[in-house]
Amino acid sequence: MNQPQPVLAVSSLVKRFGSFTAVDDVSFELMPGTSLGIVGESGSGKTTTARILAGLERPTSGTVTLEGRAVGGRSRRDRLWQAGRLQMIFQDPYGSFDPRRTIAQSIAEPLRLHAPGPAERHRARVAELLDQVGLSTRAGEALPRDLSGGQRQRAAIARALGIAPRVLVLDEAVAALDVSIQAQILTLLDELRRETGISYVFVSHDLAVVRYITDTAVVMRHGRIVERGGTEQILRSPQHPYTRLLLDSIPSPDWDLERVARDRRALDAR
Amino acid sequence: MLQKKEAETARRDALDISGLSLAVSRSGTDVPLLAGVSVRVARGETVGLVGESGSGKSLTSRSALGMLPRGARTTGGVTVSGVDVLGADRRTLRELRRTRVSMIFQDPRASINPVRRVGDYLTEGLRARGVSSREAAERAPDLLDQVGIRDPRGALRRFPHEFSGGMLQRVMIAGALSTEPELLLADEPTTALDVTTQAEVVGLLKTMQEAHGTGMLFVTHDLDLAAAICDRIYVMYAGRIVEEATGASLFRSPAHPYTRALLEASPSVHGEKAVVKAIRGRPLALAEAPSGCSFRDRCPLAEESCAEGVPPYRAHGASTVACLRPEEVAP
Amino acid sequence: MTLTIPRLRAKAARGRRRRPLTLVLATAFLVLVAAMGLLAPVLAPHSPDETSLLNALAPPGTEGHWLGTDSTGRDVLSRVMHGARLSLLAPLGVVLLSLVLGTAIGLLAARAGGWVDAVLSRGMDIVFAFPSLLLVILSVAVFGPGLTAPICVLAIAYTPFIGRVVRSVAIQEGARPYLESYRVMGFGELRVTLRHLLPNVLPVIIAQSALSFGYALVDLASLSYLGLGVRPPDADWGSMISQAQSAILQGSPWSGLMPGIAVLLTVVCVNLLGEHLGGSISGKRSEET
Repeated sequence: MNQPQPVLAVSSLVKRFGSFTAVDDVSFELMPGTSLGIVGESGSGKTTTARILAGLERPTSGTVTLEGRAVGGRSRRDRLWQAGRLQMIFQDPYGSFDPRRTIAQSIAEPLRLHAPGPAERHRARVAELLDQVGLSTRAGEALPRDLSGGQRQRAAIARALGIAPRVLVLDEAVAALDVSIQAQILTLLDELRRETGISYVFVSHDLAVVRYITDTAVVMRHGRIVERGGTEQILRSPQHPYTRLLLDSIPSPDWDLERVARDRRALDAR
Repeated sequence: MLQKKEAETARRDALDISGLSLAVSRSGTDVPLLAGVSVRVARGETVGLVGESGSGKSLTSRSALGMLPRGARTTGGVTVSGVDVLGADRRTLRELRRTRVSMIFQDPRASINPVRRVGDYLTEGLRARGVSSREAAERAPDLLDQVGIRDPRGALRRFPHEFSGGMLQRVMIAGALSTEPELLLADEPTTALDVTTQAEVVGLLKTMQEAHGTGMLFVTHDLDLAAAICDRIYVMYAGRIVEEATGASLFRSPAHPYTRALLEASPSVHGEKAVVKAIRGRPLALAEAPSGCSFRDRCPLAEESCAEGVPPYRAHGASTVACLRPEEVAP
Repeated sequence: MTLTIPRLRAKAARGRRRRPLTLVLATAFLVLVAAMGLLAPVLAPHSPDETSLLNALAPPGTEGHWLGTDSTGRDVLSRVMHGARLSLLAPLGVVLLSLVLGTAIGLLAARAGGWVDAVLSRGMDIVFAFPSLLLVILSVAVFGPGLTAPICVLAIAYTPFIGRVVRSVAIQEGARPYLESYRVMGFGELRVTLRHLLPNVLPVIIAQSALSFGYALVDLASLSYLGLGVRPPDADWGSMISQAQSAILQGSPWSGLMPGIAVLLTVVCVNLLGEHLGGSISGKRSEET
């Protein structure tokens, strides 16, 4: 067990919807305690990849391996085993809660499924989880619609943490939040990773956010991975013209739209 | 009074919002939404209006079209190319919207009639301005050509759903600028677009705006984007303008603690990897904000004096800022 | 503090806003009718079957017979009260049965999708295409008179009415990510559907059921009017109207008018209530966004 083994491995993943290939031969590995970014624009296949990881879509071909074990089983035992190891945070923090249940009830529910026990213990654990993500007990008693976007996203993280997964897949998890709130959630994710050794698959269109939260990254375009490597290295010396275009497209005070146009021509020429 | 008149004849602004306060009444109680907002856009100038949700930035830009929430009560003035918008009757407003002010929205798909052809959309705008339908039909392909749509004649016959978001936003820009307005209001025009598409659309918007000499009010939550394209930027927080500065100086030496906090909270792809510093609490609307300085409950520099009253504007460096201690806001 | 106060205020505002007088009256009337039916043996001034030819066709307001008597001298008030039992219970049976069937089929179609959805949806379309009253008359022809067969047949005829609405609402609600997030957490499909999807679409189902109750009441009354439903000596409002026909021709419309008014008012009140339930749901939805 001294040899580090990837907690999540994806190999030759393909997903077709009819004649459209959404994900085309995608492979990557995620080591324990690390964070991997999947960067891409709309139609890049990044969200489909995330949904396959979470078991919401079945791949047309290819395998997903969690802790060395292939996933995709449909039995209750397989389902629970997978859910106990991999959880997902969605972009829309409002829609990811049952509107009729309080936040605390929503957090307690997966606890009861994954670790049956006395209600007293679950209540204590919910309080602990709320505290861990920086929510008050009062927020726990509220309904989802009474919380702000940032609070809901904290609650979604608390709910996922309750299952104590090894891997957390975050699909554009901070994209809908205000800048100041986004920073809070990023800081929280950073802390959680240091404290619990959890691994992240961070799916995002935002290179700046990906740079902040990930160690390695893959850049996707039209369903394929066009570039992979250390996140810093990709940003410093992008090899693929598409990565270069992505980087130069990010606005900054000395933004050069000429260069963006040049990048695009270079990409089209390929 | 005399001075003001002189200034007007010297250079009439495309947009002049001065001391605009706005409140609505909800179930019997007054809910203030804007307080003392002043925004000026000269002809040919690009002005950014930056803020988080609830800051009142969209409301401010919509006031320039006279589009106020139902039952809104206002004080202050909104003047668009010499026309007093708040006091204008419906006909004047319609005339103004038709000829001198255009608006582009965040979601192009939601703001174009899905069952009408793109050609109809474009010629409609021209014809409302008095252009004959034949001339309008002749000009429409040129308009699309200018915004970089290939095969403009074919595009005119297609429906909005046949275009991608970026292409449709180009159509909207073509439509908005077809009337050669003096003022263009762009409300988060690229937020729904991909990064690379955003760069293209923004580039196009700048080129078109410069070519037409249109004044542009660019509303966005993205400080980096505003700094990249705007001549001047207003930063809004809780229904008030807290800082005004030129694009570059705002970015390099913010004078308001909120501006600085925003910059420090956004991760960047440039330079050394820095730690993002979160701002505690959440962005507030004016009605929820504390007395005195609205930002004081989230501000690291806040002292008791900040609660005493709304800080007056003062010049600091290249900024005009509503803070009592801008000198403590190190870059 | 900041969390609870706006919530309470919103609740109070909601309570004030949505309780129009018509709704209060409708609810009160329905409660009254139900109580009347339940307590008929105690409250009714006469036995519903007590004939008295001397008192036949008394007009309303007659001493001892507030709503008059019918052609055989039976007290109309007592008969309307007793008739309420069958008149309300039978449609209730129809609604409950079609509610269970429609909800099950609608949810199954929405969640399973694919060919299951196609088969169930087309099946519902076919049933929906048959006029319900015709089906009921057919069932009477096959099974003979009595209420059991018509109730079952009507329940089946009304199933698409509920099933189609449940399906479309469930598909709409099912697109919201919270249901997917439960799947990611390892919950089974059945449990997610029953514990999370169903409660969130239930208000729509209830509103739709209330509307179909009104239709069922009218259908069953029509059946009894045709002499195919309730068999004497049992009586419901429909059969009372039917029996009053000759009296109406003789110039004494009371004994037919009273049960007729009872049918009319009940249906109007039930529909009002159903519409309000449906309306308050869509209202809540718009509040959420």
